[in-house]
Amino acid sequence: MELEKEKLIEIYRKMLEIRRFEEKAFELFGENLVPGTIHLYVGQEAVAVGVCANLRKDDYVQSTHRGHGHCIAKGAQLDKMMAEILGKKTGYCQGKGGSMHITDFSMGILGATGVVGAGIPLAVGAGLSIQLKGTDQVVACFFGDGASNQGAFHEGVNLAAVWKLPVIFVCENNLYAMGTSQSEVMLIEDIADRATGYGIPGVAIDGNDVMAVYEAVHEAGKRARGGHGPTLLECKTYRHKGHSRFDPAKYRPQEEVEKWIKKDPIKRFKTRLIDIGVITEKEAENIDQDVIEVVEAAAKFAIESPFPDPEETLNDVFSIE
Amino acid sequence: MREITYREALREALREEMLRDETIILLGEDIGRHWHGAFKVTQGLAEEFGNDRVRDTPISENTIIGAAVGAAITGSRPVAEIMFGDLLTLAMDQILNQAAKLRYMFGGQVKVPVVVRAPFGAGVNVAAHHSQSLESLFLKPGLKIAVPSTPYDAKGLLKTAIRDDNPVMFFEHKLCYALKGHVPEENYTIPFGEASIKKEGEDVTIVATMYMVHKSITAAEELDKDGISAEVIDPRTLAPFDKETLLESVEKTGRLVIVEEATKTGGVGAEISAVVCEEAIWALDAPIRRVAAPDTPVPFSPTLEEFYLPNEKKIIDAVKEIVP
Ligand SMILES: Cc1ncc(C[n+]2csc(CCOP(=O)(O)OP(=O)(O)O)c2C)c(N)n1
Ligand SMILES: [Mg+2]
Repeated sequence: MELEKEKLIEIYRKMLEIRRFEEKAFELFGENLVPGTIHLYVGQEAVAVGVCANLRKDDYVQSTHRGHGHCIAKGAQLDKMMAEILGKKTGYCQGKGGSMHITDFSMGILGATGVVGAGIPLAVGAGLSIQLKGTDQVVACFFGDGASNQGAFHEGVNLAAVWKLPVIFVCENNLYAMGTSQSEVMLIEDIADRATGYGIPGVAIDGNDVMAVYEAVHEAGKRARGGHGPTLLECKTYRHKGHSRFDPAKYRPQEEVEKWIKKDPIKRFKTRLIDIGVITEKEAENIDQDVIEVVEAAAKFAIESPFPDPEETLNDVFSIE
Repeated sequence: MREITYREALREALREEMLRDETIILLGEDIGRHWHGAFKVTQGLAEEFGNDRVRDTPISENTIIGAAVGAAITGSRPVAEIMFGDLLTLAMDQILNQAAKLRYMFGGQVKVPVVVRAPFGAGVNVAAHHSQSLESLFLKPGLKIAVPSTPYDAKGLLKTAIRDDNPVMFFEHKLCYALKGHVPEENYTIPFGEASIKKEGEDVTIVATMYMVHKSITAAEELDKDGISAEVIDPRTLAPFDKETLLESVEKTGRLVIVEEATKTGGVGAEISAVVCEEAIWALDAPIRRVAAPDTPVPFSPTLEEFYLPNEKKIIDAVKEIVP
């Protein structure tokens, strides 16, 4: 698929934004500025960006506990994201949600859930709204390999299939759910095979190849927007870090980690862009510098922002006319 | 005297019971060799008892509990772990419609010896999906509920829970896992329905559960300095509930403050308060006070979570409102 130079550079830049943002969040975590826990997206950038590069602003995204990358790819602001991670009043959820629940509804992000698999039925509901309104929007629903063992996955995919809802189910198979490897909890190798049971297309792709993701989502998007129903996409990928804050991830063989680090989606895409003459090494370096500055500014904004007033605890339990 | 943590006490209970009875199995997400449970309670157990008896499951809460109940009615004694108390909601059918009702509905034909362990509580900034205290949801016929606050109670109650032929919801508190306390080397169990008086006092009765027991004890020690003598009672099990100990204490002190971490409306405190009103209202010299969380989900930010959680000051204030 031929993409314009600007689009390719935008894709590269978004992936870098996620990487640098996560590195910064991790650094702030080390400085005790991040309360609670964080689940880093490092290593999986090609999935979120490859998916969202196909989406319009009015399309929806359903996120997960490992959601920073989804939000950045769909266009959320880094400063409000970082502020939320630090529990600040200026954060997207005014400090109510934190890392696990960062969400920007104005950008079509339907929320990051801490309950594994819970987003899947929500995405189906968003697909239902689209169908009822008769628009050609789509919903991209992210979830992990672990989540695909929840009843919510099976129920949700089946319902979307039978109602032909415009949902793209994006399984980010990073081979582990916490310490549990895929082979310990399912007998199939390709989660995409599960699509057969629901009568929809299932496609397994290299989730560390952003163009492969882009193209697969492009197809799934055409199908969804055309009223032909959902697709299950399985993106094989890997998280470079542990599951959450202190997890040293000792359950993963060193050779496996090294093999996947070599397949780093950002390095791969950069090499490709240089090879096909879209950017030079120097230009890539400039983009990175620029991204680092934006991330630093976001961190500064977050650090300097105030915490919410304690009484704000009581707001927003209900909406008030 | 030997001191171990609450976490170690739970682990010892599991281990000793598994050695005693080989029909006991553990199942849950990442409770085995890779992770040993999100809070490390099952450390070493998969290594000792093997993967057949300590089973890592897929992320499938409803089926974890369903399979545990199904195994329980066919000769196994499962102890299921749900990683966070909030996630019990994914298994509500199996808990409330199946585990709790099977024996009754089938006219006593079957026993359901299943234990469901889950950590509750806020205080570690993990927001609304990983922090709630849901004990009141399980105050339903057919379920027993244990809510230990100390290492000693944790061990004794878990052993009783495992030996019980009925479903037991066993709620642990995240902030209790690292607490140390006296736990004898000898074998012991703690009967359900027996409250523990954690501190004796004359002027006011404080009933508290789980982590709030510790906050209440600290508050009571502060109150001592002001010349107010508070008695702190930990019911230890919510079902069955030890009315006698509570009523005796209230008859002695004439004043009652109920402390719980859960949200106030429809909470365990409401039930306890109703019991006292029904059976000992004449013993009260002042209105009952409840110290609980406001009726909101658990917020993330430290400033909000601190506001949300009951603490020593709120307990002391409540006591001073009703003690002259
Ligand atoms: C319903 C539910 N069960 C368990 C958990 C605890 N938990 C959080 S993330 C996680 C692993 C999820 O694995 P996967 O879906 O593969 O996503 P990944 O973390 O690999 O991105 C688990 C078990 C949870 N948050 N929600
Ligand atoms: Mg995974």
